[in-house]
Amino acid sequence: MMLGLKTSNIWKSYNGNQIFRDCSFSFAEQGVYILTGPNGCGKSTFLRICALIETPDRGEVSYLSNGNVVQTDLGLRRRITLVLPKVGVFNTTVFKNVAYGLRIRGIKGKEGEERVNRALEFVDMGHKSAQNARTLSSGETQRLGIARALVTEPEVLFLDEPTASVDQKNTQIIEDIILQMKDKHPSIVIITTHDKAQAERLADYLLLIREGKIVSI
Amino acid sequence: MSTILESFAEALSLILHLNKELLGIILLSLKVSGTALAVATLIGLPLSALLGFKKFPLKGLSVSILNTFMGLPPVVVGLFVYLLLSRSGPFGFMALLYTPTAMVIAQTILSLPIVTSLSHSAIIGVDPIIKQASMTLGATPFQVSLTVIREARYGIMSAIIAGFGRVMAEVGAILIVGGNIAGFTRVMTTTIALETDKGNFELALALGIILLSISLGINSALHLIQKKGMVGASR
Repeated sequence: MMLGLKTSNIWKSYNGNQIFRDCSFSFAEQGVYILTGPNGCGKSTFLRICALIETPDRGEVSYLSNGNVVQTDLGLRRRITLVLPKVGVFNTTVFKNVAYGLRIRGIKGKEGEERVNRALEFVDMGHKSAQNARTLSSGETQRLGIARALVTEPEVLFLDEPTASVDQKNTQIIEDIILQMKDKHPSIVIITTHDKAQAERLADYLLLIREGKIVSI
Repeated sequence: MSTILESFAEALSLILHLNKELLGIILLSLKVSGTALAVATLIGLPLSALLGFKKFPLKGLSVSILNTFMGLPPVVVGLFVYLLLSRSGPFGFMALLYTPTAMVIAQTILSLPIVTSLSHSAIIGVDPIIKQASMTLGATPFQVSLTVIREARYGIMSAIIAGFGRVMAEVGAILIVGGNIAGFTRVMTTTIALETDKGNFELALALGIILLSISLGINSALHLIQKKGMVGASR
């Protein structure tokens, strides 16, 4: 049962600046949605609202399964995840960082270990498993963030500026990971970026924030 | 000068031939301060979490009072506990005055603000992004709080060690409520005070050296913990 996402009549302002005005959009199909727009237009805010860690001033975010609205509870929050631009690594090993999402869901032991190792291999970080996550480079930190999210097998994944502070080599690796995700982890992936060329390389659906609304381009 | 050198030599000899009485004093010191610290940690850690995570009226004032209590004069705490436990006091019927339990109570009161306040600082010092990352990965509010506490663990360990340093070196409070009774409530610091008064410098020096060694051990542990907690901290 695929999870769909719909935002209805979202309004949000920051310090008197109206960021979203009656913004409605539906993410019904699987694939990679790339959200672009100039700095400060509300890309990150939109992702945070959709990921249920921020509330809009007005309007609502609903997740749909088979046409029915899914109740916004812990169960739903565990079917979606957002990778923050700064990731927020825990002061422990790379392995334990990735295992976190499983541990809080009560998945431990051999199954947990296999899933963590698979996720780490997927982002080519298997060899860094025992390293303290706070000693990773920016690019590796982003890849860790993606592995930490993917291990929970989210049905909707949000990536906020995954390559904003990353070198060329790691940008390439992260783009490859995203392209591979389309085949291996079919789900809805919503990514923000201000890199137009990258947007075109990755997008199944290209979106733009314009005048407080989201439009397809 | 020769008296000091002779006293030092005698003190070293006392340490090397650790007699039963000396050992008893050291062990009682560790037992009293260790128990006080365990109690202070059991109360202080949940209290620091409450201050760190919950919003309630007069929270700022509570933190200010707690910080003020970090500098509580031991003799005042000793006097306060004495009044409570003395025969005419509200808890006199428990007959706790001049017992190791009274010393534990006094030292718990002394270390509680240190453990709580420094743990609170460690908890609120955790980067807010940790809380957000934990939420995005599907943690319950309780799991989010545990994650933040785990991230603050090196700071919390430092807080506990700082509390231990404070009570191990303290003399005023335990002298008042413990009474410095030989073989029962006599600990390192109270023995040093007494033996110095008596002019028995060898024993006082021997205990001083042991106390300093324990202090050095505690501070080395603190340094190691802080160093470990700093891994990749600039990122």
